Amino acid sequence: MAGQVFAYIVHKEGVADDTAFEMVAAAKRIDPDAAITAIVAGTGIDLNVVCNEIASSYQEVWKIDNEALSYPDAEVIRTLLVRILPEGGLIIIPHDTFGMDLAPGLSIKLDAAYLPDAVDIDGVDDNRLKAVRQEYSGQVSTHVVCDISGGAVITVQPGAFKAEKTKWPGGQVVDKTAQALEVGFPATGRRFIEVIEAEVGDVDITKSEILVSVGRGIEDEDNLEIVYDLARAMGGDVACSRPVVDAKWLEKSRQVGTSGKTVKPKVYMALGISGSFQHQGGIKGAPFMVAINKNPKAPIFQAADVGVVADILDFVPELTNKINGSRSRLET
Amino acid sequence: MEILVCIKTAPDTSENEININRDGTDIERDDLVYSVNEWDNYAVEEAIRIRDRVGGSVTVVTVGDEEAEEVVRREMAMGADKGVLLSDEVFNSSDGRGIASIIKAEIQKGKYDLILTGAQADDGAGQVGGMLAAMLNRPYASLVTCLEVIDDKKIKVGREIEGGNLEMIEINLPCVLSIQTGINEPRYVGIRGIRRTASVEIPVYGAEDLGLSSESVGESGSKVKRLDYFVPDPGEGAEMLEGSADEIIEKLIELLKAREGIK
Ligand SMILES: Cc1cc2nc3c(=O)[nH]c(=O)nc-3n(C[C@H](O)[C@H](O)[C@H](O)COP(=O)(O)OP(=O)(O)OC[C@H]3O[C@@H](n4cnc5c(N)ncnc54)[C@H](O)[C@@H]3O)c2cc1C
Ligand SMILES: Nc1ncnc2c1ncn2[C@@H]1O[C@H](COP(=O)(O)O)[C@@H](O)[C@H]1O
Repeated sequence: MAGQVFAYIVHKEGVADDTAFEMVAAAKRIDPDAAITAIVAGTGIDLNVVCNEIASSYQEVWKIDNEALSYPDAEVIRTLLVRILPEGGLIIIPHDTFGMDLAPGLSIKLDAAYLPDAVDIDGVDDNRLKAVRQEYSGQVSTHVVCDISGGAVITVQPGAFKAEKTKWPGGQVVDKTAQALEVGFPATGRRFIEVIEAEVGDVDITKSEILVSVGRGIEDEDNLEIVYDLARAMGGDVACSRPVVDAKWLEKSRQVGTSGKTVKPKVYMALGISGSFQHQGGIKGAPFMVAINKNPKAPIFQAADVGVVADILDFVPELTNKINGSRSRLET
Repeated sequence: MEILVCIKTAPDTSENEININRDGTDIERDDLVYSVNEWDNYAVEEAIRIRDRVGGSVTVVTVGDEEAEEVVRREMAMGADKGVLLSDEVFNSSDGRGIASIIKAEIQKGKYDLILTGAQADDGAGQVGGMLAAMLNRPYASLVTCLEVIDDKKIKVGREIEGGNLEMIEINLPCVLSIQTGINEPRYVGIRGIRRTASVEIPVYGAEDLGLSSESVGESGSKVKRLDYFVPDPGEGAEMLEGSADEIIEKLIELLKAREGIK
């Protein structure tokens, strides 16, 4: 049996992130009977709305309310968590851009173990937590054991655990503000200035019904021509994975993924894309997905409906030709 | 500005298929092509650009075996001024915290204004930078995709957050940052550049030189241990199209038409 289990809730504009409910499932994998406490920081009405929303999924909700928390800073939250968490507790945090900022340092400050980016949990045996992680952008998985005798910080991959919205009768909201801020608002060496919204590009891929998406497998900027040709033949738009944007071959507004756009097309062609969770995190609405990749073990084949093991540089032009050919036959 | 960049040797996943060895204890390493971890290459490029703008020096450091010297030389060929290899048998099987403690010991021998790591390495943890910052009591920002030096006391950085938005923050020096891909375009390193650094002496320090007890690092100091490697049950997976290229294409076009994938 594990110690007390906590979950740090990420929220925005009064709505809890999906991970708030995924962490409930993760916590139950640690210990089905665990009492789970949510920790929510923020301010005002938004904070109260979030607390009430999740109170039905958690046994207890600890809230920290302060105006300066309206845009949470991981450095501040880390100090507040150190002040209120009991010794030896387990805290679950989403492995997103906020969690990546917060969690590793938190484990040091709590002198607790750090288990990053878990995708599954196999339970606890004698203070040893067994979990599954992925390496090499999802190409292989590993079982790891984590010594939780001195507590642990665990981050979970967004989307890896199936959200649970089962009702806890009457989860209580407990105001922890006084305890968290008793010795004052934490001083940090960093100051938030502003959020700059991502640029809008020439095409809005979030509205496209057919996306022909290309990854590092395209190998060279000049080869992009074959992708445009296929998109034209299919009547779709060109999208891409991150390395294509990093190389400046396509603009950022065409990037699909957690740090790019969230798309919901009817058909998604993944060409030379391995299928990392950050890429797949941007594909919603269960489109009909076709993956073409020369590596039969690429993780994208697990997510796709139809797969072809082929070199895209050969296969894509042939596919385009046939589509154009069948169309001109129809038209004549 | 004195800058330290932490770099790691990693298999180049765009060049290699990663397979698991027969008994699942490790990945198949025989034919792997290794290079510097993708994220670290961006970090070194950024460090070099900062040095070229404001002066100072760039040191690269890695924890690894003898062969890790290769990545140190590579990044020196890119333009880093100094390289250090932290290597000792007792470092083997260190978890993230162990790696961070080893690097911390080296950092405390010098006086660095800025410490850079990659956002993550091959095992996808993204932990060493944040741990280092906490151990050193310095401010930390992860996933940095733009950076501007304001003066010798502070810098302005953009953190990439969900949706590709940028969180702009000001952060005091000395600090630790983790660098995200796309922050710059790392320069190409040719064979000639690598040859130039081939004979540079790279200092190697072990646990004793760093004043580390063997219990605090390596297997014994690790709270997180890897048990095995495996390939998860593929579940249903995709319907794989097989046959000649013509047959595959015909079938694919049929499926796409049925799904309105061809307008
Ligand atoms: C915080 C964070 C946020 C991120 N956000 C995003 C994001 O929003 N979107 C995103 O995409 N990534 C994102 N990433 C990066 C992500 O982790 C992966 O690195 C990236 O998705 C890999 O892109 P890829 O599949 O194109 O490249 P790779 O992983 O290199 O895969 C290339 C694939 O192409 C195949 N291939 C190579 N040559 C050929 C050929 N000739 N024919 C057919 N197949 C070929 C290979 O077998 C391989 O499977 C993020 C990472 C971090 C840390
Ligand atoms: N063995 C190592 N030697 C030096 N730096 C490392 C090592 N392992 C990780 N790092 C640094 O920490 C970053 C994040 O790696 P990780 O926490 O392992 O995902 C890497 O990009 C490197 O900058």
